Amino acid sequence: MSPAVTPGTLPGPPAEPVDKPAKRTEWPLWEVFVRSKAGLDHKHCGSLHAADPQMAIQLARDVYTRRQEGTSVWVVRSDQITASDPGDKAAYFDPMADKVYRHPTFYELPKSLDHM
Amino acid sequence: MYTQAMDTMGKDRDDAPRAARSAEEAALQARFDERIDAGDFIEAKDWMPENYRKTLVRQISQHAHSEIVGMLPEGNWISRAPTLKRKAILLAKVQDEAGHGLYLYAAAETLGVSRDQLYEALHSGKAKYSSIFNYPTLTWADMGVIGWLVDGAAIMNQVPLCRCSYAPYARAMVRICREESFHQRQGFEALLTMMGKGTEAQREMVQDAVNRWWWPSLMMFGPPDSESPNSEQSMRWGIKRISNDDLRQKFVDATVEQSKILGVSMPDPELRWNEARQSYDFGTIDWKEFWQVVGGDGPCNRERLSARVKAWDDGAWVREAALVHAAKHEMKEAA
Repeated sequence: MSPAVTPGTLPGPPAEPVDKPAKRTEWPLWEVFVRSKAGLDHKHCGSLHAADPQMAIQLARDVYTRRQEGTSVWVVRSDQITASDPGDKAAYFDPMADKVYRHPTFYELPKSLDHM
Repeated sequence: MYTQAMDTMGKDRDDAPRAARSAEEAALQARFDERIDAGDFIEAKDWMPENYRKTLVRQISQHAHSEIVGMLPEGNWISRAPTLKRKAILLAKVQDEAGHGLYLYAAAETLGVSRDQLYEALHSGKAKYSSIFNYPTLTWADMGVIGWLVDGAAIMNQVPLCRCSYAPYARAMVRICREESFHQRQGFEALLTMMGKGTEAQREMVQDAVNRWWWPSLMMFGPPDSESPNSEQSMRWGIKRISNDDLRQKFVDATVEQSKILGVSMPDPELRWNEARQSYDFGTIDWKEFWQVVGGDGPCNRERLSARVKAWDDGAWVREAALVHAAKHEMKEAA
């Protein structure tokens, strides 16, 4: 198999062929989400290290559902999660604070329409 | 508890608080202090002072190490439990402790440290774990007493931590506390059985276990407040909520009442009810023994650490094989 990157173009050891996965010595980190019972959402409950997806699911069961806390488990590699930047919290979320007209309580209706 | 020796840990150069480097950092520090004072939670990616982060990495990881090392004294009795019921219970408890260690390692890693680094610190002796696990478990009664006193002390320390300012730690503590109360109850129930329905020899065995575990359990709460300079900073940051001495007093008051139900006595001739304080007075702890054990020279320190290092070394081929297996499958699927 020929490497996709031409080795020797930069000083130092040749680049690893792209089809060989980068060497890892630590098991990657996974985030675990558990649905406790049918009808509810999966909730994030923590993380764990596992070598691959199948092991991650099995370990998630062992670590996070010892007391029947789950009917379904999701695992996602932590590096696949995109998160909003906490530094941008204000810019990102403050605009929602003054849009009171998004809430039903903003609207006053006659008592006969209480149920609406 | 998991910071028993933190006041003596070598001072790194940047341990000393220093003036903010810039106006921006001063603003971030001020905002951080506001949030702490307001009882707000700090999440993993929020700005935090370097010392806050360092303190938490030490405390959370030492808490995690304590759970994992704590599996050893009890693991000793899994094959020796007197009945199938007790064996199943002990297995479940030890499994829980593995799980607790894992929750805590995960919480520590959110602060930017790797699992390998944490293990390296433990195995090299740099990181500590709770001193209590350096004592041997000599009889079956030790299993009951550990559940009653050691888990009891842990619960007393852990409940306030559920409100720790660092949210990943607080969440892990909530999870742990939910599971921990069975640990104490099963221990107490085992003791109740031995004291209530056991032979004279079994009752003596229980009293002997209490005699050996009482003072080490009191030491779990760490040095006296007057000798814990870092406690104040930890309280200021919302990491520590109740002082060592206050927790220790709460523990004594609760357990002495519980000991009456069991019919055992505490090995302390100075233990007596103080009507004015509405609390129990108790004797002086042997702080020499405490520092000796924390310093690495207790009855089982070397044994515990070598068991951990051996398990890590013996498991290396499993960790490597799992990664190679995973890589092989990735390649197969990509091809």
